[in-house]
Amino acid sequence: MADQIQSLQEQVLKARAERQTLNIVGGGTKSFMGRTPDNDAATLSLAEHTGVVEYHPVELVLTVRAGTTLSEIEAVLAEEGQCLHFEPPRLGENGEGATIGGTLACNLSGPARPWSGSVRDQVLGLRLLNGQGEHLRFGGQVMKNVAGYDVSRLQAGAMGTLGVMTEISLKVMPKPATTATLVQEMPLDSAIDYMNRRAGEPKPLTGACWFDGKVYLRLAGARSAVEATAEQWEGEVFEGGDALWQQIRDLQHEFFAGDDPFWRFSVKSSAIMPSLDGPWLVDWAGAQRWYRGQATLRDLEPLALEAGGQVSLFRGGDRTGEVMLSQPEALKAIQRRIKQSFDPDGLFNPGRLYSWL
Amino acid sequence: MTSESRSSKQQLADEFRSFIDPQFVISDEETLKPYECDGLAMYREMPMLVVLPETVEQVQRVMRICHEKGVPVVARGAGTGLCAGAMPHKEGVVLSLAKFNRILDIDPVARTARLQPGVRNLAISEEAAQYGLYYGPDPSSQIACTIGGNVAENSGGVHCLKYGLTVHNLLKVEVITVEGERVTVGSDGLDACGMDLLALLTGSEGLLGVVTEVTVKLLPTPEVARVIMAGFDSIEKAGDAVGAVISHGIIPGGLEMMDGHAIIAADDFCQAGYPRDAKALLLCEVDGTEEEVDEHIAEAEAVFRKLSATSIRTSTSEEERALLWKGRKSAFPAVGRISPDYYCMDGTIPRRHLARVLLEMEKMSDEFGLRVANVFHAGDGNLHPLILFDANVPGEFEKAEAFGSRILELCVEVGGCITGEHGVGVEKIRQMAVQFDDRELAQFHSVKVAFDPKGILNPGKGVPTLKFCQEYRSIEHKQHKHEQAGAEHG
Ligand SMILES: Cc1cc2nc3c(=O)[nH]c(=O)nc-3n(C[C@H](O)[C@H](O)[C@H](O)COP(=O)(O)OP(=O)(O)OC[C@H]3O[C@@H](n4cnc5c(N)ncnc54)[C@H](O)[C@@H]3O)c2cc1C
Repeated sequence: MADQIQSLQEQVLKARAERQTLNIVGGGTKSFMGRTPDNDAATLSLAEHTGVVEYHPVELVLTVRAGTTLSEIEAVLAEEGQCLHFEPPRLGENGEGATIGGTLACNLSGPARPWSGSVRDQVLGLRLLNGQGEHLRFGGQVMKNVAGYDVSRLQAGAMGTLGVMTEISLKVMPKPATTATLVQEMPLDSAIDYMNRRAGEPKPLTGACWFDGKVYLRLAGARSAVEATAEQWEGEVFEGGDALWQQIRDLQHEFFAGDDPFWRFSVKSSAIMPSLDGPWLVDWAGAQRWYRGQATLRDLEPLALEAGGQVSLFRGGDRTGEVMLSQPEALKAIQRRIKQSFDPDGLFNPGRLYSWL
Repeated sequence: MTSESRSSKQQLADEFRSFIDPQFVISDEETLKPYECDGLAMYREMPMLVVLPETVEQVQRVMRICHEKGVPVVARGAGTGLCAGAMPHKEGVVLSLAKFNRILDIDPVARTARLQPGVRNLAISEEAAQYGLYYGPDPSSQIACTIGGNVAENSGGVHCLKYGLTVHNLLKVEVITVEGERVTVGSDGLDACGMDLLALLTGSEGLLGVVTEVTVKLLPTPEVARVIMAGFDSIEKAGDAVGAVISHGIIPGGLEMMDGHAIIAADDFCQAGYPRDAKALLLCEVDGTEEEVDEHIAEAEAVFRKLSATSIRTSTSEEERALLWKGRKSAFPAVGRISPDYYCMDGTIPRRHLARVLLEMEKMSDEFGLRVANVFHAGDGNLHPLILFDANVPGEFEKAEAFGSRILELCVEVGGCITGEHGVGVEKIRQMAVQFDDRELAQFHSVKVAFDPKGILNPGKGVPTLKFCQEYRSIEHKQHKHEQAGAEHG
């Protein structure tokens, strides 16, 4: 447990004076994401900037330093019967290294995302060192705050290009009393429709994925509701449910093993499958689809757009070029100017998100 | 108005009339009048012109022209805002989105709705109902307010704790930039690549762009919802009860509190059968499947009983549920009946400080000689103190404003914020300097510049200029010192 803010601030100011770019690193478990980091950048580590700053279970609000690991956070929450219900992936060896700062910067959420929201949805406020070394506070530690622009949520997916997040306040939730997983065989196309229709029913659904010819639905909540729904819906009760969802969450599932590049399609949940042969794992009731295979972003982009969404090269493949869906000129211009406004000297994670940022 | 500005007004109106139906370019005083304020009618300004375009291309042209000429543009939905966010600029154009009132598409399988910005909030749920779906955020103004306004304010409602604010229920928006470019932010998927501009635009109060289309998520309508009404003989106990229910692992669909003044006003107004002797009333709604609701209702009732609720009543029919809610939903008009005017505040606090904040508010009420009634989104800590005053008594609104300002400062002092859902607009621009320091405000300004370098979108709202803050802080500082000195001597 340590507050490193002074040292972090000094490092930013020094880098600024020396025009030294910085590669911001939490647990380093997501270094495979984004474009290849700038070789000349010095490392700015958040790994020592850890610890719970405030936690009020009754308020459902947790404030932690950005370098705190997810495993530490979840251990603290579990003592009070609470959890991060966006189910952040515990990447890294034995699920240990991933930090909350990195999770937010990469906007990573797990299988419950369509029902419980994403990490971005649960952020209430944060503190950030901008490119001038100013330590700023945005948002708050309350559920609702519309004063000022939502700079906190802007960080989600920005991959550290706007500043060094130092402290994050999140909404937390009670752990569901019970969970159960149902499984049945089904071809992928039918499964997409099936998962969407089930998601349209007022039942305690919190997971819906398809892999290798089987569709899995997870129910979670009050025991009576979970049991009644499991009775009503078709499918066998799958005993290995909790382990399966955890493997999918942490990208530890067999689907993710091996060196083939994998691509993430974030698309309209009911969209028909892109005509692309290869192994797929479909999660989020159809809204997140993992594809494995050699391909180029240029080839996949039209397929993603047709499915109402976007695509990115999540892991592997060529990371010297762009790895995220290309942006129209008007949005590029705005994002460049936003970057400029937070980080006028271009210190933080240059080129990590897009070559032009 | 000088003759020069009169002629530029005429010129601009003529130019707009060349591509917008002339009757929808308003320039005469009488027809401009209804646009002079939003729901916070104490703040007024007459606009130079009002335009009501009917196509997105027309919106783009209006933006291009205004951008080129440096004419301020104030977007407007239904004008129900409560922070003077849609109040016109006297040398500017009000860009009303009222003609954009079509629901473009509902996709019952993907559970989404694509909407023009002028669609009324309630109309979405009404249209989606045939598919067993509804739109989550439900501001009390939902009969009138528009989805475009909801996006601009990041509006909430009584169901926020469980179902989130506007920002949690959006997939994408189409925005016209200040230069008149049409861009889409977000997608039909749940997450998009790059910085989260969708979040940044949500709640930006019309300062960053004009929203011309909105795609929202729809939720399955719960099988059942039941509400428990529980009376308490103190605010503290009611506050504890809120925490106890949540600690128990129950997230109610709605969790609202009213204080003694609000209870009586609401009960007089619509005979909801509220316990009139209670000091605080909780409305705790649980929704979900039949089994889940039965289970949670029984648990919540037990929690309230244990915390010595003085009365408990649980709805057993839809009619009874509607009746119990009616008092809460009509709290504003009910208070409007016991006072010529009221001024609604919107601070949010960590719930654990509720009793302290309400107590200090009572003291301020005595000090200012104005009554205050409290309705409260208790689940998420969002207070709506209603300060009662009479606008016909000279100086009374100023007093109400000063009282309101003190309440907001208190909210910040206990770790909360100056606005939970109504926005900053013109109204709370001074208190921005209480919640944020100059460097933070400067960062907001530079974000604004990234979208709107000339500052023509809704100028004078949302973020105060730094010079203004310094003046406000020094005045406040002196006043506080003065008051403290007064208190010590008194
Ligand atoms: C009785 C009453 C009860 C209320 N209850 C609630 C409540 O429970 N919760 C809550 O959150 N709010 C509440 N409000 C406040 C208000 O209804 C909301 O802020 C609402 O979202 C405003 O919508 P509108 O269409 O009226 O927007 P307007 O008042 O017309 O505009 C609000 C702001 O949005 C901007 N704007 C409007 N349309 C666009 C657009 N298309 N593009 C860009 N900017 C735009 C305007 O410039 C302005 O800054 C209440 C108001 C009243 C009068």
